[in-house]
Amino acid sequence: MGKLHSVRLPHFSGSAEQSTRKIPAPELVAISMLQHIGAPCEPCVAVGDNVKIGQKIGDTEAFMSAPVHASVSGVVKEIKDVMNVGGRLCKTVVIANDNKNEMSPDIKPPKADTREEFIKAVRESGAVGLGGAGFPTHVKLAYDRSKVKIDYLLLNGAECEPYITSDYRELMENSDNVLAGIDMVMTRLEIPNAIIGIEADKPQAIAKLEKLVIRYPNITVRRLPSAYPQGAEKVLIHTLTGRVVGEGKLPSDVGCMVMNVSTAGFIYSYIKTGIPLVKRRITIDGDIVNSPANFFIPVGTLLHSIVGFADVRRQPDRIVLGGPMMGSCAFDPDTPLGKTNNAVLLFGDTKERKTSACIRCGRCVRACAVNLMPTELESAYDARDAAALEQLKVNLCMNCGACSFVCPAKRPLAEKNQLAKDFLRQSKAKQQGK
Amino acid sequence: MNKLFVESSPHIRSAWTTQKIMLNVIIALCPALIMSTYIFGIKALLLTIICCASCVLLEFLFNKITKREDTIYDLSAVVTGMLLAFNLPVDLPVYMAIIGCFVAIIIVKCLFGGIGQNFANPAITARIVLMMSFAGSMTKWTAPFSWKEGVDATVSATPLAADTLPPLTDMFFGFRAGCLGETCIAALLLGGLYLIFTGLVRPTTPVCFIGTVAVLSFFYGGCDVNFMLYQLMSGGLVLGAFFMATDYATTPLTTKGKIIFGVGCGLITFAIRQFASMPEGVSFSILVMNCLTPLIDRFTAPKALGAVKPKKEGKQ
Repeated sequence: MGKLHSVRLPHFSGSAEQSTRKIPAPELVAISMLQHIGAPCEPCVAVGDNVKIGQKIGDTEAFMSAPVHASVSGVVKEIKDVMNVGGRLCKTVVIANDNKNEMSPDIKPPKADTREEFIKAVRESGAVGLGGAGFPTHVKLAYDRSKVKIDYLLLNGAECEPYITSDYRELMENSDNVLAGIDMVMTRLEIPNAIIGIEADKPQAIAKLEKLVIRYPNITVRRLPSAYPQGAEKVLIHTLTGRVVGEGKLPSDVGCMVMNVSTAGFIYSYIKTGIPLVKRRITIDGDIVNSPANFFIPVGTLLHSIVGFADVRRQPDRIVLGGPMMGSCAFDPDTPLGKTNNAVLLFGDTKERKTSACIRCGRCVRACAVNLMPTELESAYDARDAAALEQLKVNLCMNCGACSFVCPAKRPLAEKNQLAKDFLRQSKAKQQGK
Repeated sequence: MNKLFVESSPHIRSAWTTQKIMLNVIIALCPALIMSTYIFGIKALLLTIICCASCVLLEFLFNKITKREDTIYDLSAVVTGMLLAFNLPVDLPVYMAIIGCFVAIIIVKCLFGGIGQNFANPAITARIVLMMSFAGSMTKWTAPFSWKEGVDATVSATPLAADTLPPLTDMFFGFRAGCLGETCIAALLLGGLYLIFTGLVRPTTPVCFIGTVAVLSFFYGGCDVNFMLYQLMSGGLVLGAFFMATDYATTPLTTKGKIIFGVGCGLITFAIRQFASMPEGVSFSILVMNCLTPLIDRFTAPKALGAVKPKKEGKQ
């Protein structure tokens, strides 16, 4: 199989060459119990409790989960249901910041000499995939070694969405930790090779990593074509190894483990310091932002603290959390940001897009990295034709948005695919219920 | 803070719109229109303007009467009008041209649901209907107009049916009898290349279409390069291959499909030209392949990455 389809996007990477700064400490943080794919945590603190930075405030017995920690020191003000970034209502611990910045006394470097200890430590760190999906990292690491053999650890430094430069800043500012983290994962899990994939439009990061990587004989740096959606897991695996992750399969089924570069950097710093995932780097950009840059924010910072702090020309009309291709629009300025937020984009336009009829130009078909036919999927969904949707493999759509991006009729193709997936799931459930 | 505007991802879109695409097709047709006016005189331009205006007006009226959204600003009616005019002899009575516009816009396009929904190319179908209805006027070819003398030259036959052929350079620059927009190969190639370089059409279909006619004519003519070149430059082959066989709505979506479409058009064109009673077969070949397009699309659907074929029911 040759090259996968892709689209060219404008870059808007104005924040790339600014070093990461801090935002002023927020007065409040709201820490959601669900900042990952999987089961939500249960709060293990009560209203009125004093908490310190790094103290665990939520955990669960469920395997597919990751604990959450206090990101500021202060008092638990309330515990209530709040809509998280993904639009799900879940328990959230609101902490009033006392601005003392006291670290939890429990913080100490964990023991992580064996595979089991290492995985346990990663779980305790609260690590989730920092690229945006939020897959609990320890789950990824704890694959069944009797069934799967991983021969490639692939580090995702593609950062293919416009505006976002947080992984790029990680590579520029924290490259030693990233490499040490990769090395640590490789040693503990006995993975023989690692490849760091970085898009060609980040030549400085590539040069820097290539120089540093000499110390690690089994890690290589590869230049990825600057094309969207290069950073999608399946696409990255295909570009770096030529392997195809089949329908319903996982990367581990083809011997690959994909990890975001920032996740690797975080893992190493946790093992060295014991400070769990309580802050992360986000890009603040958008067409009304005067000075786009990256910032470290405490997990749980409310969106309006960021908007209030950002250097903007006017009040935003549209706020995108994440990249402009796959991120979602915020509808409540009180949304708390989580571990998976890599960007806050502020825009000043509310133009409704005028949709016109499909002219069958085929741009969407040539844009789809997984070879779907978005225009046909749209007609199948509009006709509520479950059989056709299944045959056209709507379930393989990864919602990268490339089809909607290229459509000259401005049709909401990616959106329809998501609706179609849901419709298909429901109609299948109905069939089985009969 | 203002009330926040919410929409589904993605939040950025490419700059291409349907209107911009159509505008670029119009631009690509302009060199041929200019040359046509030079070759056949101002009436070529007038007939084109009449066709465009009729198409736009008819679409406007249809949408008005059927209470649909006004779609004339997507400019596709202008493209249809230009292409239809390009397929008519310059001296065709105006009322016939307007009938052609009616067939193209109302019957082929609007009644099937408007832009993108028609299964056949409107201009091609209109041309065929006119050919069938007004065979005499539709095959009354006017020889190139002489600007110096200011008079119409005599009526002559299309090179495909003529005994004496114009020199190859005249064929290339369009100084021959024929439909008003099809004769100047140089201008059509220029427009075609513009479409390819702006990414509006892929070269697949024109290359396969023209290539098939070239190869077949070359061998049919006893490996005669001259015969082949006349075959390629006469009739509406270049116009059809670049501008009509690349129509989005009526041709296959995938590259594989486009190859089948192009080769199919080439085969039918060649067969009609050499073995049927008609001198020209480009329009018919495109129409026939238009009809096969849904089938071609079905059989050339791309295999999704990593897709597993669903198990057939009843089989283990």
